Amino acid sequence: MAEELQEQLWLSGNEAIALGAWEAGVRVASGYPGTPSTEIMENLAGYEGVYTEWAPNEKAGLEVALGASFAGARALATMKHVGLNVAADPLFTSAYTGVRGGLVIITADDPEMHSSQNEQDNRNYAFAAKMPMLEPSDPAEARSMMQRAYSLSEELDTPVLLRTTTRIAHVKGVVPKGERQQTPEPSIEKTPAKLVMLPGLAKLRRLAMEERMAKMRELAETLPENRIEPGEGRRGFICAGVAYNYVKEAFPKAPVLKLGMVWPLPEQKIREFAASVDELMVVEELDPFLETHIKAMGITCHGKDLIPSRGELNSFLVRKAIEPDSVGEPFKPLELPMRPPNMCAGCPHRGIFYGLSKMKDVFVSGDIGCYTLGFLPPLSAIDACVCMGASITVAHGMAKALGDSGTGKVVAVLGDSTFMHSGITGLLNAVYNSSYASVIILDNRTTAMTGHQPNPASGKGIHGDVAPQLDLEKLCQALGVPRVVVVNPHDVEATREVLKEEIASPDLSVIISRAPCVLLPEEARRKKPVYYTKTENCTGCTLCVQMGCPAISWTPLGPEEAVARGYREKQKGFARITELQCNGCGQCAAVCKFEAITRYEEEGA
Amino acid sequence: MKPSGNILFTGVGGQGILLASELTAHAQLAAGFDVKKSEVHGMAQRGGSVEAHLRYGEKVYSPLIDPGAADILVAFEILEAARYLPYLHKDSAVVVNTQKILPPAVALGKAEYPANILDELRSRQINVVVIDALAVAQEAGELLTVNVAMVGAMSNFLAVDQEIFLQVIDTTVKEQFRRVNKKAFLAGRAAVHA
Repeated sequence: MAEELQEQLWLSGNEAIALGAWEAGVRVASGYPGTPSTEIMENLAGYEGVYTEWAPNEKAGLEVALGASFAGARALATMKHVGLNVAADPLFTSAYTGVRGGLVIITADDPEMHSSQNEQDNRNYAFAAKMPMLEPSDPAEARSMMQRAYSLSEELDTPVLLRTTTRIAHVKGVVPKGERQQTPEPSIEKTPAKLVMLPGLAKLRRLAMEERMAKMRELAETLPENRIEPGEGRRGFICAGVAYNYVKEAFPKAPVLKLGMVWPLPEQKIREFAASVDELMVVEELDPFLETHIKAMGITCHGKDLIPSRGELNSFLVRKAIEPDSVGEPFKPLELPMRPPNMCAGCPHRGIFYGLSKMKDVFVSGDIGCYTLGFLPPLSAIDACVCMGASITVAHGMAKALGDSGTGKVVAVLGDSTFMHSGITGLLNAVYNSSYASVIILDNRTTAMTGHQPNPASGKGIHGDVAPQLDLEKLCQALGVPRVVVVNPHDVEATREVLKEEIASPDLSVIISRAPCVLLPEEARRKKPVYYTKTENCTGCTLCVQMGCPAISWTPLGPEEAVARGYREKQKGFARITELQCNGCGQCAAVCKFEAITRYEEEGA
Repeated sequence: MKPSGNILFTGVGGQGILLASELTAHAQLAAGFDVKKSEVHGMAQRGGSVEAHLRYGEKVYSPLIDPGAADILVAFEILEAARYLPYLHKDSAVVVNTQKILPPAVALGKAEYPANILDELRSRQINVVVIDALAVAQEAGELLTVNVAMVGAMSNFLAVDQEIFLQVIDTTVKEQFRRVNKKAFLAGRAAVHA
C-alpha cells in the first residue's frame, strides 16, 4: 500500500498531460504559450529524452510536430483555443496526410474568458477537421488519455485532438504515475502519395478519411473512455469533460453516459442509453455540441434549453437549471470597488501608454499581451484589441479608410512576442502598401503575460540556454520600414517627444520601446533604487497618480486636513509611494515637477 | 473528522495564496482525503483579485466550490473577504488578514475603501475571525511567511492534526526556510481560536 501511494502524484492537468506525453514516448514537442496551456510545455521541458521548443506561433508549432510525426516520432503540439485558429491551416490538411508517429494536438479552451479574448468551443474543430477528439474530466484522466490519444493516432493514422478547459488545465488532483514507453527510432521513409497533398493525391486521401471516420465511429462504441455509469431514477445524463464532475455532484445517483471521446460520437451507445431513461439531459459548457449531434441522430433530449451556453458551469448552476426549486439563494454580492489586474509597478509599457494617454485624438490599435491592460483607467490608452498580431493590420486598414485625414492619428501597439507571432506579415503589408500608420513594438525581451517564456528576441531557448537573438531593428529595415527608432520607455519625456514626432510622420515608422520586464528573474534579483515621496513637497497635481502605478496611492484631503498638514487650503490631497511595491523605474519622478519624488541613493554609490 | 469540506482562499495577486492553498491541500492528502484544487493563472494575476478553491472528501468530483458552499474562507485582505460573500453560508468561518491593499479606484481617489465592511458578514451570522498576519509573520522573523501564518490560523477550523501540517512544511518547503515557516504556522495557529 505504501509503495502504491508513492506512485500517486499531486499534479495539475497541464503537469499530468506532460507526464502522460512523456510516458507515451513523445520525442518532439512544440508550442506557443497561451493560458491555460502554457505549463504543459514548461513541464515537458524538464523530462529527459524529449525535444521541446517554443515556436513563434501555433501554426509553426503544429507543423514542427507534424514533421516529427512524418519522421516516425511521437509528437505533441500545444496551444490555447485561439491558437488553433492560427494553426487551423495545417490542422485541416494533416487530417488528410495522417501520421507516421502518433501526433496529439492540445487545445486548451477558456470558458468564462479568464485570460482570453473569446470563449470559442474548439470541439467544433474536431467535427470540421474530421479528427478524433478526447476530453478528460480531471488531471488523472488527462494523463491516461494521452496514452489513449497516441495509440488511437497510430491505429487510425490521424492526428488526435485533446481538449482541456481552464478547470482541467489549472486544477490539481491525484494522478498515478507509470513508466516511459519504448517507441521506434525515427527514420526517413518516403510515402509521397500520402504526404504530397496535390489535388489528385488529396482526393484519394479524402476517400481514406471517409474509411477512417467509419472506423473511428465503430471504435467509439467500445472505447473504455465512453462509459455508462448505471444509476437510479428516470433522468439520465450525457456529459464529458469538466461538466461530468458537476453532474456527478449535482445528481450523484443518476445514470450517466460519460463521453471521454467527444468526436466522433458512439451512436449505438447513445441510443442504448437514451432508450434506458425517460428523460435525457445533455450537460455541457459553451456550445450545444453534443446536443446538436445527438439531436441529429433523431434522439430527443434537453440541453441548452436549460443549461447556460456561455461561461463556466458548476454543480450549483447545473442543479439550478434542472431542478430550480432544489437550490437556495446564495448571499447577494456587496457593492465593492473592483480589483482588476494592472500593469505592474515599474512596468516599462507604462512609459509608452502614459505618452499615448496624452494624445487624445490618436487611435491606438492594441494587441494581445500584458500591455492590453493599458486600456484600463487612468491611462485608458487602447482603443481596439482583437487577436494576436491584429494591431498593425487594423491600424493599416483604418489608415487606408481615413486617407489623409488620419495622418498622425493612427498607431499600432504590440509586444515583441506578439510581433514575431503574427505581426511581421502585417508590418510587411503596411510597408508594401505604403501605410502611414505608426507601429510601437514593446520589446521587453520575453513573453510576459503567460509567465516569461523566452522567444526569438530573448536570446534564450526554452531551457534558458543561449539562442540566436533576432535583431528587431535590422528586421524592420530589411522589410523596408522607412523610419526605425529605439526608445527607453522609462525616459518618459524623451519617449513623449519620439511618439509625437513619429506618429505625426506621413511615413511608416516603427518605434521599438526597449526595456526588460521588471518581473524577469534577472531583473527582480538586480538591486534597484527605490523612490520615496517627500509628501511636504506634493502639491496634489496628480500627474504621478495618472500613471496608474500600483505603488502610488492618493490620499484625499478636506480643506481643514490640508491646512493641518501644511498644504494650501485648496489642495485636494497628496500622493504617496508604497516603497515596498516600488520597482525603481523612476517614471513618476520624471513627471513630478515639484521634487516630491526622490530616489534613495544606494549606499557606497 | 468532517467527511468533506470546501475551503476558499482569496486575496490579491502576489500575496502567496497559491502556496497557502498548496500546503493545505498536502495536509488534507496526508490526512487521507481525496482533494481537488482549482487556481487561476495568466491575466487573472497581475495585482488583481485572486482565488483558489480547495475541496476535500472521500471522493471529490467538482474542482469548484459552489456559491453558498464555502465552509472556510481564508481571505488575505479585507475587501477580498467581503467580495466572496456569495460563496458563504451562515455557518461559514472566515479567517481574514487585517491587511488593506487599495484597489486602483481607491488609490486614484475615485472610490473609498469601504469602512467596517466585515460587519456585513457578521450581520449575516457568519463567524469572522481576524488576524494581523503581517505582524505574526514579522514576529516569526520573515514577512514572506504571512501566507503560512494564515494557514496556521485557518488550521484551527480543521480536524487535521497540527503535526501533519508541520510534516507537510518539512516535505514541501526548502530546508533553509522550514524553521521560520513552522514558527509562523504555529504563531498563526495560536493567534486565533475557532
